Amino acid sequence: MMALPKPLNDLFRPPPTPGMLAVFAQLDTTLDAIKKLRAAGHTDFTVYSPIPRHEIEDALGQPVSPVRMFTLVGGIAGCSIGAWITLWMSADWPIVTGGKPVGSIPPYVVIMFEMTILFGALSTILGILLNTLFAARRAGTILYDPRFTNDRFGIFVPAGSDKAAKVESLLRDAGAEEVRRG
Amino acid sequence: MAETRVTYDFVTRAIARTLGNPGKGYFALLGSAVALLAVGIGCLLMLLRYGLGLAGYSHPVYWAVYITCFVFWVGIAHSGTLISAILFLFRSGWRTAVYRTAEAMTVFAVMTAGLFPLIHIGRQWYFYWLIPYPNERGLWPNFKSPLIWDEFAIGTYFTVSTVFLIMGLIPDIAAVRDVATGWRKKLYAITSLGWRGTNEQWRHFTRGYLYLAALATPLVLSVHSVVSWDFAMAIVPGWHATLFAPYFVAGAIYSGVGMVITLLVPIRKLFHLEDLITVHHFENLAKLCLLTGMIVSYSYCVENFTAWFGGHHAERAAFWYRAFGPFWWASWTMNICNGILPWLLWFKKIRTNILGLFVISIFVNIGMWFERYVIIVVSLAGEPFTKWTNAVYNPTWADWGVMAGSFGWFFMWFLLFVKNFPAVSISEVKEVLPPPRAKPSRVHA
Repeated sequence: MMALPKPLNDLFRPPPTPGMLAVFAQLDTTLDAIKKLRAAGHTDFTVYSPIPRHEIEDALGQPVSPVRMFTLVGGIAGCSIGAWITLWMSADWPIVTGGKPVGSIPPYVVIMFEMTILFGALSTILGILLNTLFAARRAGTILYDPRFTNDRFGIFVPAGSDKAAKVESLLRDAGAEEVRRG
Repeated sequence: MAETRVTYDFVTRAIARTLGNPGKGYFALLGSAVALLAVGIGCLLMLLRYGLGLAGYSHPVYWAVYITCFVFWVGIAHSGTLISAILFLFRSGWRTAVYRTAEAMTVFAVMTAGLFPLIHIGRQWYFYWLIPYPNERGLWPNFKSPLIWDEFAIGTYFTVSTVFLIMGLIPDIAAVRDVATGWRKKLYAITSLGWRGTNEQWRHFTRGYLYLAALATPLVLSVHSVVSWDFAMAIVPGWHATLFAPYFVAGAIYSGVGMVITLLVPIRKLFHLEDLITVHHFENLAKLCLLTGMIVSYSYCVENFTAWFGGHHAERAAFWYRAFGPFWWASWTMNICNGILPWLLWFKKIRTNILGLFVISIFVNIGMWFERYVIIVVSLAGEPFTKWTNAVYNPTWADWGVMAGSFGWFFMWFLLFVKNFPAVSISEVKEVLPPPRAKPSRVHA
């Protein structure tokens, strides 16, 4: 891999997080492990799954994603921009067409509507990207297994060498197929 | 998909198997698409060199085959968003197996449709005049014109359907990344944007996807309404009807579902996806086709009834000319393919016969192309002042060549897509399967 200057290296290639990675073959054993981990006071573990499942979300007790605020702000901004460009541009070059007022609202609603959708959708995408790529905790520093996009569920628990044995026995008790240290 | 052999692993393997290693048949199809595209480009170059006079325009028919193709392709696009967004909001499980193909079809159909207004304006290098940009003459577009609404609608539709397709692809590209080898693994590693299916990623993704679907739903209904207003806002007899927006939206979905069936039948066969895309899916698509076909049939009746009942001589003359004038063959092709053919789909035997559906879907496409031809060309040719202008409209080789090229363009992109990216959604097909459990669940059988 190409060498990077130190500040960039710290940013893009953070050191790996020590912890335990458990692989599960079933959904219910994964849920069981999540409940046990939360009961034992763990909060910053990561769950891998090939599909989104409401059971996992519920077991983790996650707050609702902030992406919805991006959609709302984008949609309102788009609607306002649509109203602004149509009305301002009509006023900037006032010309009567079709015997209607220079700035007539009904036809401009079409533009406002389309701009609402366009800006709302683009800012939703921005919201997903910002939240998943940049705001994700420990992105790229934790263990991963390619089976997690296929048919296995996984849990990574950050743990130093002092806690590792305890976490491992907890994950195995819950029904993990295999547990690895990383 | 109740068969027990369809597991998560089976889904990943079955869909990953469709990628790469194209055979001779694939190259033959791709070659024909590129050859068709070359014909279109050749005709387009001739149009650029010698002008639009090469196309069959003759007064008063100045909107002809190119605009017909534009409306046809935009219409094709619509069912993709219907299946991917509207049925997503309705939580229809069956959509998961077919929506990716439909959505890819949407994006490529809009890409094709977008070319036609540019071909139609003749001087493609002035396309930026449509965009409101500050210029030294201080001119701005006329926002009261439906043509500008259309530009905003199509631009938004293309952007939103593209990001919607790409967004849905990311988890699936990650899934094929993890089973691929060689240069494809590198390609998928980059295009999956680091997706690993963590709870944080799914949390933002599922929310965002829901809002994208919620935004795409009114969008898809608005786009073809706006396209219909390109006509309905004018006073040409045969165009000036308040019925146009719902009539066009239903027609668009009818033709689009037809195209989805046309594309899915060979894909299912060639990629051996019989376990994932079953007769049940085709039957549901056929039901969508039936529903929208019934709305189209009803619209034809209303259109003709209103022309007669409204009592305006120009409107009556336009519809008489449509049915019994020199373009009777186009009108009756449209009436038979769209007004009569969908009634066959009331029969379950036909809805579950895949070959039968394939044949019907091709006639649906032909019928819907002729519907636009009839609405656009025949309404213009039949305008009341035509008898003093002696309009004779016949499409020329330039019209047919560019139209053939558009099919080549569409199929080229589609074929490239299905061989390089998962044409069936991996994660969403898994979502409708019962998840693996150690103890049997009370909810899932």
